[in-house]
Amino acid sequence: MTLDVLYFAWLRERIGQPRERIDTDAATVRDLIADLAARDDWHAAAFADLAAVRCAVDQQLADLDAPLSGAREVAFFPPMTGG
Amino acid sequence: MSARVQTAPFDPAAELAGFGAGAGAIVTFTGLVRDDTGAMAALEIEHYPGMTERALSDYGAEAAGRFDLTDWRIVHRHGRLAVGEPIMMVATAARHRQAAFQAADYLMDWLKSRAPFWKREIGQDGIARWVDAKAGDEAALSRW
Repeated sequence: MTLDVLYFAWLRERIGQPRERIDTDAATVRDLIADLAARDDWHAAAFADLAAVRCAVDQQLADLDAPLSGAREVAFFPPMTGG
Repeated sequence: MSARVQTAPFDPAAELAGFGAGAGAIVTFTGLVRDDTGAMAALEIEHYPGMTERALSDYGAEAAGRFDLTDWRIVHRHGRLAVGEPIMMVATAARHRQAAFQAADYLMDWLKSRAPFWKREIGQDGIARWVDAKAGDEAALSRW
């Protein structure tokens, strides 16, 4: 499937781009992270500490074991600091 | 009942014109850019366009149902902000004060940890530093 993957804050900086479109067979967010981290050193560095990574699937907060079936957009970012 | 995300400054007092007509109690909270070290030049706020608007609307609607609000408003800025400027505000209107206070508190706890904003402090030396999430902010959610 084709996914739009978005990055925010220091994940965006480490990866060096705000978004990319990828083809993947990943079944869960965690599988997708494994695919991405294997791409190059920048992706690997961004996903080195998963305790510091949050994600959203189709703009809804999700945990790393969330399924990706039917998903179109997945975003990765650090813990939020709004307010 | 509205949520807004914008780069432009806003006037908290002007936001209340016509807000909560007929309510018995209105509570407002305004968050300002704070400089704890005296070495900050600005605050930059990044957000997730699309998801942010959706999340703020969802949390507002959730608070309205839970605390029986008659009106609510959330305004949150992004982009570059100067020290002392308003970052965001929450206003809640209800028949009685307790519900209005609780709903404002509830919304702030959710916005701190569950709305897709990321703050970065820009120092007077030009060095930027991402603000870490506070464990206390995450823990505050368990109150609800």
